[in-house]
Formats: sequence, structure tokens, C-alpha cells
Amino acid sequence: MLLEIKDLVVRYGNIEALHGISFHVNEGEIVTLIGSNGAGKTTTLHAITRVPPPEGPKIHTGDIRFQGRSIVGVEAHAIVQNCHIALAPEGRHIFGNLTVEENLTLATFSRKDADQVARDYQRVYELFPRLAERRSQRSESLSGGEQQMLAVGRALMTGCKVILLDEPSMGLAPLLMYDMFRTLKKLNEQGMTILLIEQNARLALKFAHRAYVLDTGEIVMEGSAAALTENPEVQKAYLG
Amino acid sequence: MFESIVQNLFNALQWGSFYSLIALGYTLVYGVLTLINFAHGDIFMVGAYIAFFVATFFLATLTSAPGWVVLTITLPLTMILTALVGVTLERIAYRPLRRKGANRLYVVITALMCGLILENGNLALLGASRKSFPEMIEKVVYTFGMVSLTNLKIAVIISAVLVFVLLQFIVTKTRIGMAMRAISYDKFAVPLMGIPIDAIIVFTFVLGSSMAGLAGLLYSLSYPILDPYMGALIGWKAFIAAVVGGIGDIRGAFLGGFLLGFVEILVVAFFPSTFRDLIAFSILLLILVYKPTGLFGVAKTTKI
Repeated sequence: MLLEIKDLVVRYGNIEALHGISFHVNEGEIVTLIGSNGAGKTTTLHAITRVPPPEGPKIHTGDIRFQGRSIVGVEAHAIVQNCHIALAPEGRHIFGNLTVEENLTLATFSRKDADQVARDYQRVYELFPRLAERRSQRSESLSGGEQQMLAVGRALMTGCKVILLDEPSMGLAPLLMYDMFRTLKKLNEQGMTILLIEQNARLALKFAHRAYVLDTGEIVMEGSAAALTENPEVQKAYLG
Repeated sequence: MFESIVQNLFNALQWGSFYSLIALGYTLVYGVLTLINFAHGDIFMVGAYIAFFVATFFLATLTSAPGWVVLTITLPLTMILTALVGVTLERIAYRPLRRKGANRLYVVITALMCGLILENGNLALLGASRKSFPEMIEKVVYTFGMVSLTNLKIAVIISAVLVFVLLQFIVTKTRIGMAMRAISYDKFAVPLMGIPIDAIIVFTFVLGSSMAGLAGLLYSLSYPILDPYMGALIGWKAFIAAVVGGIGDIRGAFLGGFLLGFVEILVVAFFPSTFRDLIAFSILLLILVYKPTGLFGVAKTTKI
């Protein structure tokens, strides 16, 4: 198990947002969390990447383990630096005042492996040729789809082994959505482990290996993506 | 007539340099945190006092050393110690508020209080009497016709220009500068890039405060009377200069600082000196009326 979440209870102030969830992600997998708005999906990703308050939740009890070691006490920037878990957050959060290339460069801030960094630039520009075309453009002038590519590209530039993606298809036209997921699949085939949140459950289940269904802060179902797609309850609630 | 213009030009450049060096600290911190660090004028004052104590100490212990040696020791030490004061304020006053996600108003009020604490702390510790700054280097006056220039004035102007070039380079070309600009745009995403946000903020305070320390030393060398309130008015003026230049932009801080220097000297050339601040600020007010974002400001997009 690369990433293991055990009985995780988190709070925002006095409000409990996750009531003791457990799940795991194996190396080389695409795992997806599906659920309706407010189920706690984003909260889960913020807890794993240790996003600091006020935006991030406080871990009350439970544990998050990466390669067997607890990462509950690790600071957000060190999660990226030492644990190699990156988050491409919901709403992209690109640095619009910087160029495309500066955005990518910033993600290499703490890296010292210059050779690998050079290869990673190449990989990102190969996966997303549009970014290469616009590398010296201010990133706020990019279209929504291109900004999403940049957000994913930036996560890759951190040199991480696991990427967490929060709604990578949000705001994208259906065609671009498929493109994005095909690219993610390609990344996964190259060895990247992916934990994915997606409103579009049908799309997520099509590309993921396994899935968990989150409902108001609790995991209510789990299984292989194929099995969950066939499940009548899932079909009724999320695929209908 | 021509010579008096040149003379005034140099005076304006000298004052502009002081304003610019201080304005920088406001603009850097604002550019990164959108916080107006109202204690910054008083950090300049603390810088002047630190320079005073360091210089007096080394003049007394290294009696045989020439003045320039003492100055060479005093300069970096003053900048480092002043930076430490700035970082301490960040640590004990601003950071806890940031952690709690406090409303900006409270942070600004905290900054104002920090400034008052520095002023009154100084008053309580050292008393109300003024300190006179020791002379470390001999004043050399160069005279060209009616224009006279001191070595000190030239040093002040050159320092300001060098600082500008250095900071502009750091902010636009280095990765840490990129991180500073990124924080101003989207603080949430910065740690996700593996960047320790607090370290970048500390670095910002180090830059701003050390430049205030430099300004404090240069100012005391030029006008060697120190008192606890010396940073108040000049701090406000530098802050206004930063806003007129476009707060958050390094070029704006420098342009604004020099602009204020020129306007002041220009006013004094034609009006009684009691009119100086009244007319100077009226002119700056007019600039802001026509361009509220300041000369270099682009509403909300480019910060620093």
C-alpha cells in the first residue's frame, strides 16, 4: 500500500467533516472517490496534502500513512518535498501573474535533481503540447482547458510519485474532458499513481481501477470500478 | 540659475533615495501579503539607532582603526540586526494572525500598534533626549562652480540605485522572487508546489527591513540627530510614495520615492519651506485622483 487512510476524522472548527474514513491506494493504481457535493471528497484530499488552516481541515483522530509512515505531522510543503504527493486543486489555482513556464518552474522549487527536472519539462510539454506553445504567455490568458493542463503539469513538475486530482474535468467541454482523462491514463501507464475526485462519476469509473463512494463524510461502498458501475445503487445515485 | 537647478537636482536625488529605500519595504511586504506594514517607518528608526549603537561601540573599541573600517563593519551589521527586528515582528505579531485567518483590518491595526510599541519602547529605554550620530568618515566636498556635492550624497544615491537593480533582479529573475509573486496571487497553491510559504515571507521581511536599516544608517550619516519619532513622518511619506508609484511594484516604489523627492525640492525652490509638505502632498493627491492604482499599478494583477 502506497497510501493508507485509517479511521480518519477531520474537523473544520467544531464541525466534523469526515467521520472516520478508511481507504487505500496501491502503487500504480488509479483510484477514484465519488460522491455528491459536500460528501467530503475535497476535504479528504486537503487532509492528505496537509493544506494548512484556515482552508485545510484539522485532523482529529486517525492516521494517514505513506509507504507505511504516518504523515499527519508533516507540513504541506514537506508533503510535496519529502513524500512526493502532489495535489492539482479544484479550481486550478494557477498563478495567473506568472508565465506558463514560470508556473512549471515554481513547482520544482525544492528539487535538486536537475537532470530529472529537465526530463520532466519535456514530459509535460509532450503530454500537453498546448503548454509548450504558450510557455512564455501569462497563464491567466490561457483558456480553461489549458489552465487545467497547467495545473496537472505543475503537479507533475513537483517530481511526485502520487498525484491527487480534484475535479480535473471541471469547466471543460466534453471533448477536452476525454482528452484530459486519456492523458491521465497515459501517465498512469507510465507508472504514476493517481487518486482522483470527479463529479462526473461515469467518466471517473471508466478510467479508474478501483473506487470508493463517499457520502456525508463516510465511505458507504467500495470495489473495483467495473463492479461499482454495475451496482444498481450507484447507478441510481451517481450515474442516473 | 543652471547651477542652482543642478544643485537642487542632487538634493532631490538624495531625498528620493531615502524615500525609495523605505518605500521598498512597504511595497515588498504589500506585494507578497497585501499587508500594509505600518511599523515599517519605525523599523527605519530602529535601524538608525542600531547603526548608532554599532558605530559607537566599534569606534570606542577599535580606536586605532580608520573610520571607513568601522563603517564597513557597521553597514552589514546594521542591516542584519534591523532585518532581525523586522522578522521578529513578523513572527510574534503577523504570523499568528495569518494562521488564524484574521481579517486584514486587524492585521493593519496590529502593524500600527507594533510601530507605536517600537517608538515608545525606544522612548522608555533610551529616554527622550536626542542622540547625535558619530562621524565615521570625513566629509569630502566636491565643488563644481556653484554646485557642491558631498561624498555621502553620492554614496546615498548610488546605494539606492544598486538596491533597486538588485531587488528588481531578485523579484523578476529568481525562483524565490517567483515564489514571492506567486504568494501575492494565490497563497493557497504555494505550499502545494513544495514551497515553504513562511520561509518566503520571512525572506520578504528580511529584504524590506535590511533596506530600512541601510536607509537608517545612510540617513543618520547625512542628518546625524536621532530621536524616537524620526521614522514616523518619513515612514508615512515613503508609504505614500510607494502608493503613488503603485504599491506592490518595485519600480513603483523607486519612482514614487524619487518623485516625492523632486516634488518637495521643487516646492521649496519656489515657495517658503513651510509650504513644502502641503503642496507636495496635494500634487501626489492629484496623481492618485487621476490614476488611483498608482503610476505602475495594474489593478490587482501584477503585484511586486
